[in-house]
Amino acid sequence: MTNQQPRIYIYKRYERFWHWSQALLVIAMMITGFEIHGTYSLLGFGKAVQVHTMAAWALITLWAFTIFWQFTTGEWKQYKPSLKNVTAMIRYYTIGIFTGAPHPFHKTAQQKHNPLQRLAYLALLAMISPLIWISGLLYLFYGDWTSWGLSNYLSLEWVAVAHTLGAFLMTAFFFIHVYLTTTGHTLTAHIKAMITGWEESESSGHSHTH
Amino acid sequence: MKYPIFRVALGLAVTLTVLASSTGVIATPALTTTNSVDVSFAGNSKLPASTTDHSTLPALKGPFKTGPEVTKACLQCHNMAGHQVMESIHWKWEAVNPQDGRKLGKQHAANNFCGSILSNEPRCTSCHAGYNWKDKNYDFSNQDNVDCLACHDTTGTYKKIATDAGHPLYEPRELPKGSGKIIQPPDLTKIAQHVGKPGRKNCGACHFNGGGGDAVKHGDLDTSLIKPSRKLDVHMSSEGANMSCADCHTFNKHQVSGSRYTTKAKDPHGMDTPIGDYKNRATCESCHGNAPHKETVVNNHTNRVACQTCHIPAFARGGIGTKTLWDWSTAGKRDADGKPLFIKDEHGHMIYSAEKGDFKYGENVIPTYKWYNGTVKQVTITDKIDDTKILDLNAVEGSASDPKARIWPFKVMVGKQPYDVVNKTLIVNHVYGKDDTSFWENFDYDKSIKAGMEYAELPYSGKYGFIETRMNWFITHMVAPKEDVVKCAECHSRNPDNRLAEIKDIYIPGRDYNPIIDTLGWLAVAGSIGAGAFHGTVRYISRRRKDKNHD
Repeated sequence: MTNQQPRIYIYKRYERFWHWSQALLVIAMMITGFEIHGTYSLLGFGKAVQVHTMAAWALITLWAFTIFWQFTTGEWKQYKPSLKNVTAMIRYYTIGIFTGAPHPFHKTAQQKHNPLQRLAYLALLAMISPLIWISGLLYLFYGDWTSWGLSNYLSLEWVAVAHTLGAFLMTAFFFIHVYLTTTGHTLTAHIKAMITGWEESESSGHSHTH
Repeated sequence: MKYPIFRVALGLAVTLTVLASSTGVIATPALTTTNSVDVSFAGNSKLPASTTDHSTLPALKGPFKTGPEVTKACLQCHNMAGHQVMESIHWKWEAVNPQDGRKLGKQHAANNFCGSILSNEPRCTSCHAGYNWKDKNYDFSNQDNVDCLACHDTTGTYKKIATDAGHPLYEPRELPKGSGKIIQPPDLTKIAQHVGKPGRKNCGACHFNGGGGDAVKHGDLDTSLIKPSRKLDVHMSSEGANMSCADCHTFNKHQVSGSRYTTKAKDPHGMDTPIGDYKNRATCESCHGNAPHKETVVNNHTNRVACQTCHIPAFARGGIGTKTLWDWSTAGKRDADGKPLFIKDEHGHMIYSAEKGDFKYGENVIPTYKWYNGTVKQVTITDKIDDTKILDLNAVEGSASDPKARIWPFKVMVGKQPYDVVNKTLIVNHVYGKDDTSFWENFDYDKSIKAGMEYAELPYSGKYGFIETRMNWFITHMVAPKEDVVKCAECHSRNPDNRLAEIKDIYIPGRDYNPIIDTLGWLAVAGSIGAGAFHGTVRYISRRRKDKNHD
């Protein structure tokens, strides 16, 4: 490996901070969340609730900053969905990746996400997130339902079940997400990029492996 | 930027700290354990709190020979006190349930302990706040019979004797008979000169000994509360708030607050203020409010779970066993010599008494939890009963769908007691008295029930049987310090011995889940891991094959 390979700066400093602190908080919430669900016992129910709640507030705050960042930098456009080249991506993940075909999508600072990624993140933002956050906040403020006039319309059971459903979807997303980080030109290329901000171009990687 | 990761970690730490301090959310500060008035405002702290030194009053010079003589002296100054007491449940032993107008109280309500006071008056009324209630013709309007000293003695020497219709001893007496032990009568003059506010021993003389002995009845009231450790009772302990009974059970015009017939299931009014609210301070919320915890998620419980449910992890924690079972059906056995049989267990607990039947006891008992919405269906002696099943003498009502109901802790007393199998009513059993019909003299139910029912002027078929009964006793005393509170996971877990295993109609996080969502959810998680593993394996194999071909 030489120092002359072409590299592009994709993930800015705030973006990386956001990603990794969010990762930490989401993992903490998955671990504590399933303990609260009764799946296992680790920290103890009370402590798990405490950590889960604190992580939720931390993540809300993080998102407040991130939404601000997305709009002031124009990065929000990265999540605009497009069906263009989706089939090419599907073909790559189902066939091309095994036959050594070149990646159909080339990352640039302007287009960080491949078309499938865009759809996946949109689904996360538009479906899983609202489900998990609305149910979670209602869950947290259960004691205020009466004063908010909600107690006739909600049941703790259904709020809890909706939150659990969101948690399962999130967990499934998490494992797929982690697996897909290994699909760069090397196993750790994507993770390295998310740590340093710099993504090595694919061609240089390929020439190296052969 | 040389160390971006370090910066990131620092930033995250700051965010978390700010959040942690902001998530305390709206909460009332926990009560501190100050128990007395700040002495700097009380002036010379050596002076007594009262404005009257009773020992110097000419009216109390005495000497007093009887209780009623003392009462007359008290009423010379406290000329409304007698009338107030005569309105109270401590005098009338009768309470009208405001919900349905039914007459309750010891005179009417059925229990599965000693039974009825009717025909047994001189024994039972040793706990009456009066003198002379010897039979059913008692004059409830004679204020000279009010017993001031039972509640207001501060010397700890006043004692109503068990068998004398509320009187203390007036002459030395050998007690128990044949023991050779001579008990001296209390010095009524000295006691009259040392009266004051009721303390624990005054209330406890009856309420710690209800049902015929220490700890027998309530489970959360016994003599261990006279000098409790902080662990036993955080309010009453001298290491805690050092409160006495009447600090919560406030008296207004000699009427006590707090009732087991109409216990408040929920006190949405919350914290009481000195104006207007002082009438009833017997709920936890009166002092602690409706959101007493620091954390919102804990306060979320207060609408559905009574304070006592978490804060009293077990009852009978003071080292004195409470009776948990009383089976009257086995009473009356005699030993080989024909003498009434009494058996004690290795702890000195009476487990069989010829007079009363079989007993069981419990210490550190985990309560039974039930929904309670403020309505107790108390059975009275004259009610028609259903003898095809276990009889609930005071069923508590409520369910998860009832917004007024909360989950409360109870001592459930198991009983088996006589009833009229033809008329389907409970009966009055004449247990006490030096006569040919009383059960404790003759051990003959035929005679004693007949005598009791005749005395009570109630219809009796002459045929009795025994019915299994249950009684709910609210567990509301012996509040533990916060470090001993019931742990979350004792209700929030799938553990089969979950404390709330019997409460099935509400969703409890950690215990309950939707099986369909859980099955689909775990399939989705397994699927996502499996898909990655499969995809990765195929990638690995195809890559190796290709690399081989290249070699």
